[in-house]
Amino acid sequence: MTTVIQLTPQDTIERALDLAAAEGADGCVVLVAETSSANLRWANNTLTTNGAMRGSSVTVIATVGAGEGTAAGVAGRSSATEAELRDLVSAAVAAARAAGPAEDARPLVDGTVSPGWDEEPDETSVNVYEKFAPALGEALSRAGKENRWLYGFADHEVITLYVGSSTGLRLRQSLPRGFVTATGKSGDLSQSAWVGAATRDFSDIDPLAIDAELTRRLGWATRTIAVDAGRHPTVLTPAAVADLATYVYWRLEGRDAYEGRSVFSKPSGGTRIGDVLSPHPVGLRSDPRLAGLESFPFAVARSSGGSSSVFDNGLTLSATDWIRGGKLENLMQSRFTADLTGAPAVTPPIGNYVLSVDGATGSVDDLVAGLDRGLLVTCLWYIRVVEPQTLLLTGLTRDGVYLVENGEVTGAVNNFRFNESPVDLLARFTAAGATVPSFSREWGDEFSRTATPPLLVPDFNMSSVSQAN
Amino acid sequence: MPEVDASFLALPRHELASAALQRAKDLGATFAEFRLERIRSESISLRDGVLESASDDEDLGLAVRVIHDGTWGFAAGVALSTDEAVRIAEQAVHLAQVSRPINSEPIELADEPVYDDVTWVSEYEIDPLSLPRAEKVALLTDYSNRLLQAEGVSHVTAHVTSVNECKFYANSEGTSTTQQRVRIGPDIQAIAVDAETGRFDSMASCVPPAGRGWEYMTGTGWNWDEELAQIPGWLAEKMAAPSVEAGAYDLVIDPTNLWLTIHESIGHATELDRALGYEANYAGTSFATLDKLNTLKYGSPVMHVTGDRIAEHGLSTVGYDDEGVAGQQWDLVKDGILVGYQVDRRMAKVNEGVLGTSRSNGCAYADSAGHIPIQRMANVSLQPVPDGPSTEELIAKVKNGIYIVGDKSWSIDMQRYNFQFTGQRFYKITDGKLDGQLRDVAYQATTTDFWGSMEAVGGPQTYVLGGALNCGKAQPAQSGAVTHGCPSALFRGVRILNTTQEAGR
Repeated sequence: MTTVIQLTPQDTIERALDLAAAEGADGCVVLVAETSSANLRWANNTLTTNGAMRGSSVTVIATVGAGEGTAAGVAGRSSATEAELRDLVSAAVAAARAAGPAEDARPLVDGTVSPGWDEEPDETSVNVYEKFAPALGEALSRAGKENRWLYGFADHEVITLYVGSSTGLRLRQSLPRGFVTATGKSGDLSQSAWVGAATRDFSDIDPLAIDAELTRRLGWATRTIAVDAGRHPTVLTPAAVADLATYVYWRLEGRDAYEGRSVFSKPSGGTRIGDVLSPHPVGLRSDPRLAGLESFPFAVARSSGGSSSVFDNGLTLSATDWIRGGKLENLMQSRFTADLTGAPAVTPPIGNYVLSVDGATGSVDDLVAGLDRGLLVTCLWYIRVVEPQTLLLTGLTRDGVYLVENGEVTGAVNNFRFNESPVDLLARFTAAGATVPSFSREWGDEFSRTATPPLLVPDFNMSSVSQAN
Repeated sequence: MPEVDASFLALPRHELASAALQRAKDLGATFAEFRLERIRSESISLRDGVLESASDDEDLGLAVRVIHDGTWGFAAGVALSTDEAVRIAEQAVHLAQVSRPINSEPIELADEPVYDDVTWVSEYEIDPLSLPRAEKVALLTDYSNRLLQAEGVSHVTAHVTSVNECKFYANSEGTSTTQQRVRIGPDIQAIAVDAETGRFDSMASCVPPAGRGWEYMTGTGWNWDEELAQIPGWLAEKMAAPSVEAGAYDLVIDPTNLWLTIHESIGHATELDRALGYEANYAGTSFATLDKLNTLKYGSPVMHVTGDRIAEHGLSTVGYDDEGVAGQQWDLVKDGILVGYQVDRRMAKVNEGVLGTSRSNGCAYADSAGHIPIQRMANVSLQPVPDGPSTEELIAKVKNGIYIVGDKSWSIDMQRYNFQFTGQRFYKITDGKLDGQLRDVAYQATTTDFWGSMEAVGGPQTYVLGGALNCGKAQPAQSGAVTHGCPSALFRGVRILNTTQEAGR
């Protein structure tokens, strides 16, 4: 019988900090993440895979003096037992000793002890689907009887993160994250529709309602119309806007912009902070405490980069305006890059965003009602950067493009490849709706905490027709 | 010949497997499999010759998958104790029971011979993780500085990811395999910023990731000295190059670019799980559906594409897959016709009549202990023509065209029809000769039109292995590493876009 002594997250952190000090590290930050998740996946009206997983990770960041500066070493492991922890800390300290002074070295963040530090990790299990699974079974069986195919995925995960440091930080934060995405196809597979939603606990997700919405959209496709490539007036749903806006969010790196190699670089040098990006009152804002979209309220960095630093772990995050009133206000900055680039504030990445247009009201249906002739695009796919200078993206429509005539959806349209810059779109849209929680088809699985408005773009560039259906 | 790391062999793999498989059997599972997997990885990044970040990680865990009452159940955990192995087996059976009401297909697997306690290790010389960090950083610093010191280079980024993957697999049929694979993925690029106009562009090394060790970074399998010496000049020429005129062109595509087009338009399209709809909600389906097997005209008659899990230094190369199936090679497209798919044991069984064989070709893979094995891509490669032409001879056949080198941007639709790719360098071809670089080039086509326009395939002397470490598929998302070998090839009349015009500028 193999016996293994598993340490609690808190004990792991205290032991690792002691070991690092004993090894002669000047400073140390330890991150322990305990994750549990459960998922169900279905296709062709039957379950295909499922899983219940538990994982953990321990990351040790050790710092040592290096000449006049400070060097950092990072090492991570899953499931560190007491013996493994010793090796892990040694590896981090050795890595710090082998490295030269770090450019981004700053004093480690000073300590506070968060309420609930002593609590155990929160957990999820397959029981989160207690009501969802039978209802899903009913939806799958109903779809089979009504000659419709269903495909989809439901995932629920709880991460509890503990951060401790030699400067006294003792932070604990747990975050649930769940989502469901579902695709419906007509019996002959010629038509397709998609619905996705984020959730914290699946209490608000009804598989039969999802199936009903898919059925409604497949109903729009009883008439199909071929539309040529070209620049079309296009209503983008909040999901499609999130597909594009997530790229804007990810490109807000401060250092790239400062060095002249980003869409947010000023041609004459420096960044475009202060530039007007849109004539509309567009806002792009992150707030870790936003109800329903909560993300970690402190900086978490397992590696350093152009907008984050391992030295900044534990730094308190506050609501940040990236774009306000159409003007670029901030880029993502660690303490180091904020100094390097002369940024107005230290503004590390935050795990959510809200894109909004001041004063905009109404829904997708309202934008559709106001459109004489154009397209309704429900989601986008396989989006990649073509030219970073303009943030030109390419990608495709998928599982639901519809023709709008005289304010009504009148049929389904073929798919398209597009080439567009989301930064340009922020300036070119002509109408917007209210911002609502959204789920990006392309990025929602990894970045699900978004809220976006629907937008009407008068001249969305559909570069060619895709035969996919 | 490298051996499996002693520290992995020291883990109680057989003991854990026995406990889990026995418990699954006792609970009524008709099939059970156990994996113990340890993935060590290191990531080093330099920015302008200065170390920006370096980390080493280890993911170690165990997983059990069962078939119980005809339904899959899967569970995974991290503690390496027999108690935990038993608990995970119980959890997997429980999940199968919870899932039973929504499963309408009784799961059966294709037969495979039993491999009793076999070992396999990939081809490499030096495990990157065995070297001191400082030695690796010093090499990347040297490579970065060679570029930084050149005229016209404003910034340099250098990055290397190294992975050592140890995997133990055992199933209730008696197979048990212990394997170790090493892979490495370098990425070095120079960036130029025009101080007057603010225009910027980059030139990256064409080095592909490979199933090799640190020797790859020092000259085995890649000529760093030659390429690093040329990158600044290539970048300067690109910054000064004229913008392409959009239209139809004949293309000679270098293997450093073509591998990615193969990956997207053939590799994914011949995954049977996609053709059957299992990825319809995520990665997508395929136009190459099972009813078209042996009849679909995929491309021109010179097109011969194989799948394999055995190519030396291939990223998808294994001894045995994650269902205990031995590595094989087979045809996917022959004489331009679709003739095969990539499958796993379940799909091989369900579709044995149509596929004409009852054996899996060994494409099951899980990217870590925490994930379920699914059908993942084999090394999918375009075969060269024996005695075929050189790249120069292909270029000589073109009057007005473009020679494309290196991959950059990529995108393809959910059914693998419509794709768009860019590249690192685009050379105008005038009257059979290279005529300077162009910029703002992207090529766009429909898969079968594109491969149908392939007039000539290069010889073995043009054959290069490309590949990727980060191919994404499935929900929960899994990352896969895969190699694509290909020669240079000539395509007639492909649509070229001007990306500046596409951006409305």
